[in-house]
Amino acid sequence: MLSSRPAPNRHVGLVGWARENLFSTWLNSILTFLSVFVIGFVVIEVVPWIIQSSWTATSLNECRAAIIEAYGEGTHGACWAVIRERYLQLLYGFYPSDAYWRPNLALVLMLIAIAPILYPVLPRKMLLFSAVYPLLGIWLLWGGSLWTMISILLGFAIGYILMAASSRAFGTLTGLITATLGIIIYWIFAAVPLSELLQSIFPRLWLEPVESARFGGFMLSTTIGVTGIVSSLPLGILLALGRKSDLLIVKAICIGFIEFIRGVPLITLLFVASTLLNIFLPPGTNFDLILRVIIMVTLFSAAYLAEVVRGGLASLPRGQFEAADALGLDYWKSMRLVVLPQALKVSIPGIVSSFIALFKDTTLVSIIGLLDPLGLTNSIRADADWNGIIWELYVFVALIFFVFCFAMSRYSMYLERKLKTSHD
Amino acid sequence: MENKEIQTTDRLAVEITDMNKWYGSFHVLVDINLTVHEGERIVICGPSGSGKSTLIRCINCLEEHQEGTIIVEGTELSSDLKNIDRIRSEVGMCFQHFNLFPHLTILENCTLAPIWVRKTPRQEAEDTAMYFLEKVKIPEQAAKFPGQLSGGQQQRVAIARSLCMRPRIMLFDEPTSALDPEMIKEVLDTMIELAEEGMTMLCVTHEMGFARQVADRVIFMDEGQIVEQNEPEEFFSNPQNDRTKLFLSQILGH
Repeated sequence: MLSSRPAPNRHVGLVGWARENLFSTWLNSILTFLSVFVIGFVVIEVVPWIIQSSWTATSLNECRAAIIEAYGEGTHGACWAVIRERYLQLLYGFYPSDAYWRPNLALVLMLIAIAPILYPVLPRKMLLFSAVYPLLGIWLLWGGSLWTMISILLGFAIGYILMAASSRAFGTLTGLITATLGIIIYWIFAAVPLSELLQSIFPRLWLEPVESARFGGFMLSTTIGVTGIVSSLPLGILLALGRKSDLLIVKAICIGFIEFIRGVPLITLLFVASTLLNIFLPPGTNFDLILRVIIMVTLFSAAYLAEVVRGGLASLPRGQFEAADALGLDYWKSMRLVVLPQALKVSIPGIVSSFIALFKDTTLVSIIGLLDPLGLTNSIRADADWNGIIWELYVFVALIFFVFCFAMSRYSMYLERKLKTSHD
Repeated sequence: MENKEIQTTDRLAVEITDMNKWYGSFHVLVDINLTVHEGERIVICGPSGSGKSTLIRCINCLEEHQEGTIIVEGTELSSDLKNIDRIRSEVGMCFQHFNLFPHLTILENCTLAPIWVRKTPRQEAEDTAMYFLEKVKIPEQAAKFPGQLSGGQQQRVAIARSLCMRPRIMLFDEPTSALDPEMIKEVLDTMIELAEEGMTMLCVTHEMGFARQVADRVIFMDEGQIVEQNEPEEFFSNPQNDRTKLFLSQILGH
């Protein structure tokens, strides 16, 4: 046998790398030089604009004067002072400034609630907090009585008890129906009086209510985006399963829903949420606008996710379904334990793309009058002091969106690597 | 030969009467009548498209039959979901392409159904799984994923996975057809061991050596019908039907 020897010099090291990747042919060499030239040009043009800037001015004119004074006539610099002056508004909208701690705390707790879902190495008991968090977060953001949330939560406990009791006696389906009816009846008739009673006995768990109209900025985008993401994934999976179901009516409903929602622009749905729904609801009902928007965004995203997940389901060989059946797993168990883990793994890139799209689509709510970051840039530019400023605001907004979306994208790549179990 | 007689009992494992099945308008199984006693080892062979896979897939309801009755371990197969799940947990099945779950380790593949269908405690299920993995001679692979194993090893895991449910009947659907020649033997050895322990087995296979060695009965199918069935000695040395003769000459001739 021949002993192995090191690769020839011109294939290793920096020179070898450059030779193979940058200058392998004449055409490649030309493209390399052209690219370096373009990158260099952009950097030379943009970097001074970022650096030769003013952070302290209080209006656009003052800002331009300060830049010219500091860097000489003809210098175009960024006016970051506008961000410095208005960043709180871009982050929180018109949320009362003495209550900023509430969205801050809600954000920190949200990260804690999401952590065990994203990283399975964390203790499973943390999921209990994740389950409670939605109501806690709503309470922190909108305020009111914590007892409202607790009495809503109690509905789930009642449902669970009903489910356990009646499914033992009459079977799973009856149990499910009884539990659902029980929860709805409790929520309609008992939840509000109960929470008012508890509030009058223990009045301390109270936060000053904040109206939805005062929500804005990235707080609003995150609220809509995260709620939409979290609720559209389960709905999307159910729609995908429904679309592949053998039950004809379920299948028809799912296909109809998916095709209808996908065939309609999101803006149309948002307009329906903001105006048309009011016509159909009984007069006097105050159905929160943000909640309506969240529902529409969720439905919209769920329809797209359903198609992404369906692609994943279709990619599984039939043998996987058959093997699960042959082992005696029923439909839901075979879906949960065998089919979905594999189908979702295949669909991760598509699912995360949908999430990113949803998060960016939250800026569309500015069209129906909600003050998302882009909506706020308009109101800032309407201010006489900052009339005419464009780039700085959009760069700031873009940067924050990029951080969120890039984090999602990196997480999806991490997840794909982690779930890789074969060498193919 | 003697122990074959001892292990075969009079109780019926599978009883198929006048069964017919169609795919659309194509009549794939025609008037099938077949009884299998407990402990009996049956090999089913026949040209491709003869309906042999479809036949054993009907026994655990992977395919539905349209006429006639199939009774497995005393339970008639109907469209009742409860019956189907009960039958499936009593009947193990190995597929041509193994169909292991690629996202689970070998051990998890083996414990999944016992834990979720039989409600076995995890520890007990893992002990059982290790016992059967040792039986198929790959306990050291328990922590690996199916994609890291050779075809022969995967098929042995698939056998162990079925055995973990403690089935009373094992169905094999061409278990060696997708394997490289040098791996066929390890799978057949496992199956022979299983047969010698008295498991009721129905195997669709073209391994005639296996049929000679362990089968109590060889069934030849063609065009959806059972053409001929006999003890292996008789079947191979003295086939009655012309189609059987032709098939045997083709499969043994090369």
